[in-house]
Amino acid sequence: MATHTQDDVTGVPPMAELSDIHLQVRATARQFSDEVVRPRAAAADESGEFPASNIREMAELGFLGLPFPEEFGGAGLDNLSYMIAVEEISRSCASTGITLAAHISLGCSPIWDFGTPEQKRKYLPRLASGKALGCFGLTEPNAGSDAGGTQTHARAVDGGWIVNGNKIYITNGSVAEVCVFTARTSKEQGTKGISSFIVEKGAPGYRVGKRENKMGLRSSDTVELIFEDCFIPKENLLGVEGQGYKQFLKTLAGGRISIGALSLGIAQGAFEAAVKYSKERQQFGQAICEFQAVQFMLADMGLKIEASRHLVYEAARRKDLGLPYSKQGAMAKLFASEAAMWCADKAIQVHGGFGYMRECPVERMFRDAKLMEIGEGTSEIQRMVIAREILKES
Amino acid sequence: MKIVVCLKQVPDSETRVKLDPTGKSLDSAGVSLVVNPYDEYAIEEALKLKEAAGAGEVIILTLGASGAATAIRNALAMGADRGILLKADTANADARAISEALSSTIKELSPDLVLCGKQAIDDDGAQVGPRIAELLGWPCVTVVTKLEISPGKVRAEREIEGGIEVCECALPAVITAQKGLNEPRYASLKGIMAAKKKEILEQDVTLSAPGLVTSSMSLPAGRSAGRMVGSGKEAVPELVRILREEARVI
Ligand SMILES: Cc1cc2nc3c(=O)[nH]c(=O)nc-3n(C[C@H](O)[C@H](O)[C@H](O)COP(=O)(O)OP(=O)(O)OC[C@H]3O[C@@H](n4cnc5c(N)ncnc54)[C@H](O)[C@@H]3O)c2cc1C
Repeated sequence: MATHTQDDVTGVPPMAELSDIHLQVRATARQFSDEVVRPRAAAADESGEFPASNIREMAELGFLGLPFPEEFGGAGLDNLSYMIAVEEISRSCASTGITLAAHISLGCSPIWDFGTPEQKRKYLPRLASGKALGCFGLTEPNAGSDAGGTQTHARAVDGGWIVNGNKIYITNGSVAEVCVFTARTSKEQGTKGISSFIVEKGAPGYRVGKRENKMGLRSSDTVELIFEDCFIPKENLLGVEGQGYKQFLKTLAGGRISIGALSLGIAQGAFEAAVKYSKERQQFGQAICEFQAVQFMLADMGLKIEASRHLVYEAARRKDLGLPYSKQGAMAKLFASEAAMWCADKAIQVHGGFGYMRECPVERMFRDAKLMEIGEGTSEIQRMVIAREILKES
Repeated sequence: MKIVVCLKQVPDSETRVKLDPTGKSLDSAGVSLVVNPYDEYAIEEALKLKEAAGAGEVIILTLGASGAATAIRNALAMGADRGILLKADTANADARAISEALSSTIKELSPDLVLCGKQAIDDDGAQVGPRIAELLGWPCVTVVTKLEISPGKVRAEREIEGGIEVCECALPAVITAQKGLNEPRYASLKGIMAAKKKEILEQDVTLSAPGLVTSSMSLPAGRSAGRMVGSGKEAVPELVRILREEARVI
């Protein structure tokens, strides 16, 4: 990798080795994940309790504002560092991983990318320092994959808007102090009629509805958000009116990379557990890792994880370099999420009957992994995005 | 208060070590290197002392190959102020040569306190701290689990067989840290960014000829299989007897 400096075909510098900074971020995140996050993961999954102490401690270490500049309360690191952190945390607890990823990629990023200078000054320092969590309300009962079909409605009034509608499956929805959400500001203009707004917890007419009881990611917060004649002052319009559709497409393009990193972490956690168990478990007078059938599962897991890591890191690196990354981000998310599901499945297989038990961490990882193929665009939607980019290129 | 922390970069304890072809040292290929865990207690203690005093400087001093700068960076990310890397070929170095090189730099820095780990987990020599103290003519307290500094004076608790010894000495002094002294902090992400801007001074040094030569190294014999003593309550007395009389661990 170090032998050439330019990709001959595209002129893009090739994936570099991780820098010292990235290795240090990994060391801190891995140590924190192993020592603090992992011991709490099973109990949190069982109780469904939000991992508040993990988040508080991660805030103190600077994780919650990882890729934002120091002047806005962030750690001033890059996207690759952010992905490494999400990967390492998710290796132990994907519920904590998605809380972090949704806060940064969905809660903070739209404000950083599209907010006015005043909005950035007002919200980012609180969010990046972790004093407040953020969330992103896009999905609605009748607008999922087709998020352009948003029905939540914002009616212009003196000094702002009156919003009515509801958002569902919103990660961090009930714990977030700051929510970025989309609503229709004009019926006529199709996707151009959507705008984004910022609303704060406690605003009159804005409340939490149903709390979901989920298959996996059980200690992450997933709720319905309800707007009933909720007044949004005009300074809380995010950026420019009518830009909501474009904005959320960009937000999701970035957020997808973090779902790739989450997937990668789950796959890695399941893989490590499987390798360890295969060396310990004896059957027919030998460790089961001596059986070729088991070895081939481990080999394929290792392969899929390595490929996922390259895709995820490469997409992040492109974002850091200011290069287009939509296709790479969708590829990273699609491949890594399917790899995570596959690896978690095979990790259970390696564990045999024990793998099916609640006691066994890979059982949780299997349930956690499934969301990766659904959230922030299903696998089908990722394939559509990738194909669209490919056809655009040729 | 000016504090020097001596830090060694060592193979991660989870690495499976291999011997190099000479059979006299470890094969460094593919080995991940970390800050010696006992040195982390020393760093943490230095940072806590500085924070409690509200002023001062924590200087990390390392002797090793140029790659050891990474370990210094970790300490800077935890909050130390600056680093000094004495670059030397340590392949044949003994504890005396290393202690001489470290102590002559420490002399120039003239700190109030030197903190080391009680030993490095690679060669388990446990000599460098006491040797530095000897070369500087300073008092030394080893295997310290509690440290209190008052003007000009040190009160330290050290772990001894079956109990705790309380010692006092004057400053400047050399203290070697034992597990339990504190809980080392994580390098924060802001700390990692801040460390990028901190200075690491690199100096080439030549070590004196070793008085001690390693003639060979060997790996321990593989662990033998476990032994089932029995099961249930009835097996406990026999287990206790074996642990006491055969394994002699209780
Ligand atoms: C745990 C969890 C957390 C979430 N967090 C958030 C959040 O923080 N914020 C937020 O806004 N949303 C969030 N979501 C919502 C998530 O983004 C949506 O569930 C997802 O985009 C899919 O939408 P849907 O559920 O309506 O499925 P649908 O869109 O109804 O899809 C059903 C099926 O149809 C397929 N399909 C749909 N359209 C097409 C097409 N054009 N071509 C081919 N196949 C198609 C889909 O791929 C899928 O297989 C979360 C969901 C979950 C489960």
